[in-house]
Amino acid sequence: MLDSSSNAAAGTLLGTSRRRRRLGVRAAHAAVPYALILPVVAVIGVILGYPLYWLVKLSTERYGLFELIRHAGVSVGLANYHSVLHDSIFWRTLLRTVVFTTANVVLTMVLGMAIALLLVRVSAVVRVLLSSGLVLVWSMPVVVAVQVWYWMTNFENGVVNYVLTELHVGNFFHHDWYVTTFSQLSLVTLLIVWGALPFVVITLYAGLAQVPGDLVEAAEVDGARSWRIFLDITLPILRPIVLILTSLSIIWDFGVFTQPYLLIGQSKITSGNYLMSIYLFEEGYFKSDFGRGAAISILMLLMVAALSVVYVRKMVRMGEAVQ
Amino acid sequence: MTARRRGRRLRQTGWNIVGLVVFVVMVFPVFWMISTAFKTDDQIVGEKPTWLPLHPTLAHFRDAIDRPFFWDDVKNSLIVVSVTVAISIVLAFLAAVALARYRFGGRKLFVVLVIGIQMLPQAGLIIPLYVVLARYHQVNALSGLIVTYMTFVLPFCVWTLRGFLLGIPKDLEEAAMVDGSTRLGVFVKILLPLMGPGLVATSVFAFITTWNEYIFARVLLNDQQKQTVTVWLSYFLGSSRHTDWGALMAASTLTAIPVIVFFLLVQRRIAFGLTAGAVRG
Repeated sequence: MLDSSSNAAAGTLLGTSRRRRRLGVRAAHAAVPYALILPVVAVIGVILGYPLYWLVKLSTERYGLFELIRHAGVSVGLANYHSVLHDSIFWRTLLRTVVFTTANVVLTMVLGMAIALLLVRVSAVVRVLLSSGLVLVWSMPVVVAVQVWYWMTNFENGVVNYVLTELHVGNFFHHDWYVTTFSQLSLVTLLIVWGALPFVVITLYAGLAQVPGDLVEAAEVDGARSWRIFLDITLPILRPIVLILTSLSIIWDFGVFTQPYLLIGQSKITSGNYLMSIYLFEEGYFKSDFGRGAAISILMLLMVAALSVVYVRKMVRMGEAVQ
Repeated sequence: MTARRRGRRLRQTGWNIVGLVVFVVMVFPVFWMISTAFKTDDQIVGEKPTWLPLHPTLAHFRDAIDRPFFWDDVKNSLIVVSVTVAISIVLAFLAAVALARYRFGGRKLFVVLVIGIQMLPQAGLIIPLYVVLARYHQVNALSGLIVTYMTFVLPFCVWTLRGFLLGIPKDLEEAAMVDGSTRLGVFVKILLPLMGPGLVATSVFAFITTWNEYIFARVLLNDQQKQTVTVWLSYFLGSSRHTDWGALMAASTLTAIPVIVFFLLVQRRIAFGLTAGAVRG
C-alpha cells in the first residue's frame, strides 16, 4: 500500500467517528488489488478453467463425433486411461519424446553457451554482425521457418544436398531426408535448435557481462587454463540463468508440435515417428476420439506440470525478491 | 613480446573467422528464403543453385498474393491479433499494477497462475477447447479463437508489464499523492505516460506471438476462408508437395515481414524484460 504508514499515523489522531469512516476507506483500499486482478482472473477462469473441467470429464467418457453432435458423452470410468496406458504406442512415443527432448536441450545449451562465449571473444564488428543475425533469426515465425527448412532440404533441388556434396561430406545427390524416423527427427532437431539459439545465446551473453573481469584476469595471471576459468568462475555465476534456460527448453521441446508436424508433413506422420503432442493430436483430434484424447492430454499435462515445478518456483521466488 | 602480440592477433583473427562462419550458417535460411523469392523458376530448379538473383523478379510475389484466400486470411489474422491484443493489454495492465504496487493475500497464487499458464503445452488443450467451443458454436468463428488466444496472451502481458512497472520508482507516485493527487490522478498523469514504451513493446510482442500461432488456429478454424495467414501458409504446398518453391518462399517472406519489422523494433526491451530477473540473479 502506498499510504499505509500515513494512514496509521492519522488514525491515532482522529476521533472515533472519523476513524470508523477511515476504516471503511481502508477496507475499500484493501479491495483495490482484487478489483484490479478480477478481470484477468475472470477471463482465465472462464476460458481456461471451464475447458479444464471438461477435460477431466471427457477423459472418463466415450466421446466421439456422434457424442459431439449429441452434446453428451457416455461415461466409461477409467477405460480411456486404461487403454492409453496399455497402448505400446504411447510408451514408445514417450520414450522417443524423452530422447528427442534430451538431444534438443543438450544441443541448444551446449551450442548456445559456445556461441555466447564466442561473442565475447570476437572483435566488435563481428559481434554486432553476429548478434544482429541472431536477432533476425529469432524473429522468424515458426511456420515460415518450417517452409524454408523444407525447401532447403528437399531431395530434388535442396541446397543442403548440393552443399554437402560440394564439401565432399558424401554423395547427397537426390538424397531424401524424409525417409527414416531418425533422419526426419534429426532435421526437426536442427530446426528447433536453430530457432532456439538466438534467445539462449543473447540471454547467456547478457549473463556473461556479469562475470567480473578482474577475477578472470587474476586467474589468468595465476596461470589458470581457460577451461578451468570457465568451470570455476564463469559457470557458477551463470548457474541461475543456465538453470532457467534449461528448464524452459525442456518444457518447450517436450511439448513441441508445429515444427515436427509441419516439417515431417501430415502424410508422412505415422505411429513410428510420433512425438507426444502429435500422438495426442492424431489419436484424439484427428480421429475424433475426444475421450481418449482427453486422457492423453491429462497425462501429458501432468508430465509437463512435473517438469515445470522447478521453473515456476524459481520464477515466483525471483519475482518476490525483486519486489 | 612482439611474438606474443602476433600470437594474440592471430588468435583474434581465428575467433573472428569462427564468428563469421556461425553468422553465415545461422542467417543462411533467412537469406535463402528472400533470395529464392526473387529468382526465376529456371534459377530455382537448376542443377546448380543460384546464390543471388541478379535480375530479381516479382512474379512469385504476384502469384502468392493472387492465391485463393490470401487476403481473407490476412484480414482474419489482423482482426484476431488486434482484438486479442487490445483487450489483453488493458486487462493485463490493471492486474500488473496490482502485482507491482500492492501486497495482498492470494498474490502468490496469482503469480503461480500467471507463470504456470504460460508453461502449458498448447497441444494439451486443443481437445477440451475444441469440444467446449463446439458446444457454444464458436468453432470456425474468429471470436472463439480470440478468447482462446487471450488465455495465453493475458498471463504473458501481466508478467511483462509488471516487470516494466517495477522499473518505475514508487517515489514519483508517492510524491504526487502527498501533493494531493488522487489515485486515479496518479495513474493517469504519472504511471500511464511513463509506461508508454513498456505498453508498446508488450503489445507488439503479444502481436507477434498471436500472429505466429499455429495449432489453435489449425484446430479451431476449419474453413479456408476463415483461417489465419499462418495456417494459410502451412497449406500452401497442398498435399502433393510438388511445388512452386518461388511462390512458397514469396508467401513465406510476406508472412514474416511484419513480424521481423516489429520484432527488430522492440526486441531489446522485451529480451530484457523476459530475463531481467534471471540476469540480476
